[in-house]
Amino acid sequence: MSTGSDTPGGAEVGYGDAIREAFIYLLTQHREVFAIGQGLWSPWYVGNTMLDLDKLFGKERVIDTPVSELACTGAAVGAALCGYRPIVIHPRMDFMILAADQIINQAAKWHHMLGGQAKVPLTVRAIINRGGEQGAQHSQALHSWFAHIPGLRVVMPASVADARDLLVSSVLCDDPVMYIDDRWLYDRRAVLPPIAERPLAAEGPRVARSGTHVTLVGAGYSAWLCEQAADILAARDIDAEVIDVRILNPFDPAPIVRSVARTGRLCVVDGGWRNAGWAGEVIASVCEAVEPGALKARPRRVTLPHAPAPTSRALEDVYYPDARSVADAALASMTGRGTA
Amino acid sequence: MGRRWQSELGGLADPTRFTAPIEVGKADGPRLLELLRTMLVIRHTEDQLGRLVIAGEARTPCHLGIGQEAVAVGIATQLRATDRVFGNHRSHSHFLALGGSPRSLIAEVLGKAEGASRGMGGSMHLFGGAFGFLGSVPLVGATIPIAVGAALAARLDGGDSVAVAFFGDGATEEGVFHESMNLAVVYDLPVLFVCENNLFSSHLDIEFRQPSDRIGRYADAHKVRTLTVDGNDVLAVEAATAQLVGRCRGGEGPALLEAVTYRHRGHVGPKEDIDVGVHRRMEDVAAWKRRCPIQRLSAGLVAAGAATAAGLAGLERDVAAQIEAAVRAAQDAAYPDVAALHDLVYASRP
Repeated sequence: MSTGSDTPGGAEVGYGDAIREAFIYLLTQHREVFAIGQGLWSPWYVGNTMLDLDKLFGKERVIDTPVSELACTGAAVGAALCGYRPIVIHPRMDFMILAADQIINQAAKWHHMLGGQAKVPLTVRAIINRGGEQGAQHSQALHSWFAHIPGLRVVMPASVADARDLLVSSVLCDDPVMYIDDRWLYDRRAVLPPIAERPLAAEGPRVARSGTHVTLVGAGYSAWLCEQAADILAARDIDAEVIDVRILNPFDPAPIVRSVARTGRLCVVDGGWRNAGWAGEVIASVCEAVEPGALKARPRRVTLPHAPAPTSRALEDVYYPDARSVADAALASMTGRGTA
Repeated sequence: MGRRWQSELGGLADPTRFTAPIEVGKADGPRLLELLRTMLVIRHTEDQLGRLVIAGEARTPCHLGIGQEAVAVGIATQLRATDRVFGNHRSHSHFLALGGSPRSLIAEVLGKAEGASRGMGGSMHLFGGAFGFLGSVPLVGATIPIAVGAALAARLDGGDSVAVAFFGDGATEEGVFHESMNLAVVYDLPVLFVCENNLFSSHLDIEFRQPSDRIGRYADAHKVRTLTVDGNDVLAVEAATAQLVGRCRGGEGPALLEAVTYRHRGHVGPKEDIDVGVHRRMEDVAAWKRRCPIQRLSAGLVAAGAATAAGLAGLERDVAAQIEAAVRAAQDAAYPDVAALHDLVYASRP
């Protein structure tokens, strides 16, 4: 059976291409899958990830919509309750907030509050699309909000393989899943094996790079920053371990706890804000699980400043963490300098 | 009321009108007696739920639809178990009219494991998949787009199933109602929107919330076919539903049925004089009780010679006894296992 890959074996594909491969695979192999969202018939603002899918699979299964985030998400919930596996696409997470009732109050709760008799196999694809002076309402990474909600699985692929394979797993999962991809990852490239369907519930955080001196943790683009920071640190003979969180909810901190138990140092990178944020959840989960005295340095977190995203390039340049700022935080952890 | 207020419903919103016995043909007697029985089952079940609230046995919020029974019953005759029906916070009547058992509803309200939602939902979150009731929730307007999605699924399936969303007049003030009607008409989907217009939101009379009391005007704006009927006349509801559902099944797109009715009780709980807006007087309630859908059908059956007063009294005694037995059975039923709290969060497990 075809994997749906457009690329010959052995060729590199980009993260964005990998997402498109997952769509092609799912729409080819599973009749109950369809995609719905704004811009799907002219998908310039989701990069190359959905190019020509309507031409390949028809406008009945790749559905462009009116400007109605809430109703379209609700319609996807309704179709999911009736046995379909819809993927609702929100090209920017900021606009998805208009659909919060259907995601939080409806999709995440129906299975539980109706006694397990209603399933919502819905995938909400939420795209983080920031930078380029887009400003406060075209930039947000709100994974922390959604990871708070029981019943809603939250997935953030960082690697090219995960971009494809976690989308396949999300759509085939019987629970509502928020799959969050980041346009800053679209140019990552890798050679991928054939697609294998794996249950999402069995997935969790993964060691992306082994090391012994310090544990760097991130999800999505932040995990990639950790890997780049590990390269910088390696040049200074610091051997960093990188853990890619991958699945934020339900969250299994055990791989991170095991790592920190060995390294004694933890630095968490988050593309969201600090207050009540994801980085704090990781640090708390580790601190309540490791033995007292296991930490050689205070845990650190690298997050956005506590301010909305700016537009002016002069401000934007200092707003987002980069690999250097992550490496600096890890170095401070090694030397005990600084307070954060 | 707002300075632009205008009643466009006229007599339909006037409790002194439409009070006569419903005209029925004698030949329809047996079928209409069954509809009357269902309406009595709903009335007595909700009355008993109100008693359980007063007794402190039922604590989950109970939004009673006493007075509105004809809407659910008139619509249900036109639906099939393969249709997909969604409710709201006030959905006991929908659940029972479609075929749900009083015992499973009462057990659910009491939080028992044998309840409609296995004791996980209470009054406001009901499920009856076996008879096409796919769920009710209290977030106002939330099931309207969900029904549109169910209609989309029905069309992808092929066949002629329809989806139905029940909601109140308050829900038409939510943006999602308008988004959903637009989506349904643009995609030409087989969904029947049912507005039970009882003239009140949870807290406020409609004249303070909208410039008109006629909800059907929104359907006009969205180019959706609509009918407005006396919601306390089960046959008028049934006839309008037959016409609109027939269009849905025939691929002619969505429709809105506006059924004008009145709830005898307050927004939540059994009391008639709290949560009733700012203008409602007990004289209004008394007037609307004279437009009671059950009394009017009963009187029509007697007038047509299809039933006797004594026969109807016997029917009501039977129903009352049935519901009392259902209450006792639900009271004796077991609570859910504590494991359900965690086990039901996700459908899939490692």
